[in-house]
Formats: sequence, C-alpha cells, structure tokens
Amino acid sequence: MKLTGRRIFQGKVEGEALVTKDGISFYGGVDPDTGIVVEKGHELEGKSITDKILVFPTGKGSTVGSYVIYQMAKTGKGPMALILQECEAIVAVGCIIGEIPCVDQIDTTKITTGSTLTVDAGAGVVEVG
Amino acid sequence: MELTPEEQEMAEGKYGKATQKAMEILITLGDIYGAKRFIDITSVQIAGVSYANLNEPGLEWLAEMAKDGKVRVFTTLNPAGMDLEEWRKLAISEEFAKNQQRVVEAFGAMGVITTCSCTPYLYGNLPHYGQHIAWSESSAVCYANSVLGARTNREGGPSALSAALIGKTPEYGFHLEENRQPEIKVVVKPKVEGTFQFGALGKVLGDRLGKKISYITGIPKASVEELKSFCASYATYGGVALFHMEGITPDRVEAIPSETTEVTEEDMKKAIADLNEDTEIDFISLGCPHASLAELEYIAKQLEGKKVNPKKETWITTARPTKQIADRMGFTKMIEDSGAKIAADTCCVVAPIKGRFHGLASDSAKMCYYGSGRNKFSVKLMSVDECIEEALR
Repeated sequence: MKLTGRRIFQGKVEGEALVTKDGISFYGGVDPDTGIVVEKGHELEGKSITDKILVFPTGKGSTVGSYVIYQMAKTGKGPMALILQECEAIVAVGCIIGEIPCVDQIDTTKITTGSTLTVDAGAGVVEVG
Repeated sequence: MELTPEEQEMAEGKYGKATQKAMEILITLGDIYGAKRFIDITSVQIAGVSYANLNEPGLEWLAEMAKDGKVRVFTTLNPAGMDLEEWRKLAISEEFAKNQQRVVEAFGAMGVITTCSCTPYLYGNLPHYGQHIAWSESSAVCYANSVLGARTNREGGPSALSAALIGKTPEYGFHLEENRQPEIKVVVKPKVEGTFQFGALGKVLGDRLGKKISYITGIPKASVEELKSFCASYATYGGVALFHMEGITPDRVEAIPSETTEVTEEDMKKAIADLNEDTEIDFISLGCPHASLAELEYIAKQLEGKKVNPKKETWITTARPTKQIADRMGFTKMIEDSGAKIAADTCCVVAPIKGRFHGLASDSAKMCYYGSGRNKFSVKLMSVDECIEEALR
C-alpha cells in the first residue's frame, strides 16, 4: 500500500512502524536519554521510539520539544523517521534541526505497529509492507 | 510561499549556512500554516536559554548557528538557568554555570542582546500596537498580543532565532487580522485583585476555554503586574496567545461573541484551592513573571529590618536592569539583609532546582504549575503579602 502526504524534512529510510493514536509531547513526555515514552497513561508509555518509524497524529506540549527531538537525533536515541496526520511547529522544527525524515498528511490509521515502512520523505511517500 | 529574490538567495545559502537553515525552518512553517509570504518584523524574543532545557546537543546547535549567523533585528533572551553573575549564591554547580555561560555567549556572538527576561516589554523590547514581532516566551507572547496589541505567533526557540537571523517571519496565524477576533465572551462576576487572584483567573479561563480567543468583561482595572501574572497563567493553563479585555486591551473587536461563559466566586475559590496542597513550605518564589521595579520596591519595604526564616529559601526573580536600579535605590540591600535573595537573569521555572525543595509558596499560578509538574514540589498559591509572611514565619 502506498500512502502519499507532504514532505516536512527529506530523507529515505526503511524500518519498523511504531503506531499510536495519542499525540506526543516530546518535552516531558519522552525521556531523551533512553528514547522511552514516559507520559503517564500514554498508549506508548514504557515503549522505546529509538530507531523506529514513529507514526502518530500530531505533536503537543512545550516548544522545548524541538530541542528534545534534536538531542535524541544527535545521541542516536531518536526515531528513524516521523509520520504524522498533521505536523505542527514543534515536531517540524525538531525534524529540520535534527535532520530526521518527516512526512505529514498521512492517514496514520492505515498503518499498524510492527509493519515495515519504506519512507521517501522528500517525495512525501510512505510504502507499507 | 512566494519569495523575493533576496529571500530566494537566503534559502539557497548565499548568505551563509545559518541563514540558510533559518530559511529552511521558516519556509517549512510557512508552508504548514498556509503563509503566502514573509513579513518584516521589528523585534524578536528567544526562549530556550536555560542549559537545563537545551542540554549539550541544544547548545551545540546554537554554537553551529553562531558560526556565521547574525541577527537582523533587535533581539532579547528569555531567562537563563541561573543568575549570570551571582550563581554561587543560588548554589548552582560550577559545571552548570560554565555551560550556561557558553549558551549566553553563543547568543551574544549572533548579536542577541543578552537581557535574560520573560518580561522584555519592561526592559526596552517594547513593540507598539500593530507591529509584527516574533516572540517565544508564552507569557510575553500573550502580553504582547493582548495588552500591547502587537502581532506574534507562539514561536519556539529555533523559529524565533530563525526569524531574528532573517528579520522576517511567515505571515500566518496571529499576524492576520481575521485570526484575532474573539470567539467567546467571558463575564467575570467577582472582584479580582492582586497578582495571585489574576493568576487564579488565568487558570479558570485556561482550563475552561483552552485556546479559544476570549472577550473578557467585568475587570474595571488591572495593573501591569496583574496583567503579566494573568498572561503567564492563562498561557500556561490554556496555551493562549491572545485575549481581549474590555476597556483594557487595544485590539479592535468587530463583534462581541454571543456565546457567553461566567466566572463566579466559586470558580475562583476552586482554582485557588486546586493550587493549595497540604504541605510544609521550604521555598518561597516571587517574581514570576520577572518582578517589576514597583514589585521589588514593595517587597523590599515589607522585608526591611526583618529576617526571613533561615530554614526557608526565598527567591525574588527579576531582570538584570531592574536589579541594577534596585541596587541604587537600596532595595537589594533591604531584601538581602533579611536573608531573602534576589536572583536576576533567571527564574524558578528554568533553574536546575528539581528535587532541591519540598514545598513551594508563590503568588504566581504559572510558578505553581511548573513547581508541581517539572520540579516535583508540593505547592501553595497565595498573595504576595502571604508569601512574605510565610517567609518570615
């Protein structure tokens, strides 16, 4: 299945999807030292986003989140790519400065955790399976 | 977005790497939010200054930008993680202090004025009605849009820095007149007085209305200090960047919304009760947002000739220029002779004090939010006078 959205930051990667229906707050919601989601009650609480293709509806919370995304990218704890329903400023800026491939305007409900994704973020294309 | 020839060259890297990165950030944001063009801005205020939030990678990014980046408009900074001169007084570690200085140096190298304050409008970064700016401190964004009638979105640290390096911002959101009109009318029934009550009102409205733009009635008068406390709280609890207050804020309102909500005495009591935990106080924080000169004078006169309880740490946070005048007026001596401390350049939200204290008293609803969430303290919201009594007790 081929899904087409909008490029936020370019890059080509292939990897395993980690999908959530909850928004993600990177500042306070994810531990940058471990890559583990720590927000209480979050669908991904306790799970690591490191080296995953993270699929989620949108970013939320403090704008410091951009620096958290950047920090994880630099220390090797970051996700391989981010796929969103609707990207907002915190995630967009984090991906641009951290140079993480990112695509939005994707129907994220069509992707399930564990499936293999091939992402060409520059073209805005996500291939499932 | 449509770019001018100069903007196109900036995006292609002809003006250096930092300018190119800045353009990449701003064009992407412009595309996401449907901006058609860039507009000139007159000032910038950058958040993300504390090393506690930036960490080493954030600092490295700033240092990289500082290699060839220079700001094109007047730009000031948000509070740092410590008093840049008297950090030892606040028991900040050598290592943190060294790293915090590197952050401030990186900004300074780009031509940023390193006045570290969340109330830039009190210290020379003062836009007037209708001016376009790019600010990031949430309470200052709310104050600038609402009280001053300037136009800004809620920028993050990197997008504010980018706007400073380009001297422009993409035209979307609160820069456009049509996005600034009120959506709901608020009738405030009880009398609201003092920074802590205005903070409580900000919590009531933020919790209830979120980002909906409100038209607030029932506040006959409000001081600068009360408004800055209200803005800080409303932005913290509701993510709000703009409100209108009848008779106080300058934006032209085309129509008062028919949808109405009431704030009662009960609502105010509940908000204050929500921020009053049963706890022993060992930390008192005043000056969130940064204390004005009038506030410092008031606090100094209350503390003059008295001693605060040495088991309780008392911080009054403010901007460096205010402290310098307070030094001249003798306010600093009156405060510090009592055992309380003036902490300039910093604030209790961004200083590395997590776990250092147990129970926090403050007149700021914003401080209570971050004191409890980020720093894991139990909190008590009370008036300035009650905070001072608590410190002396």
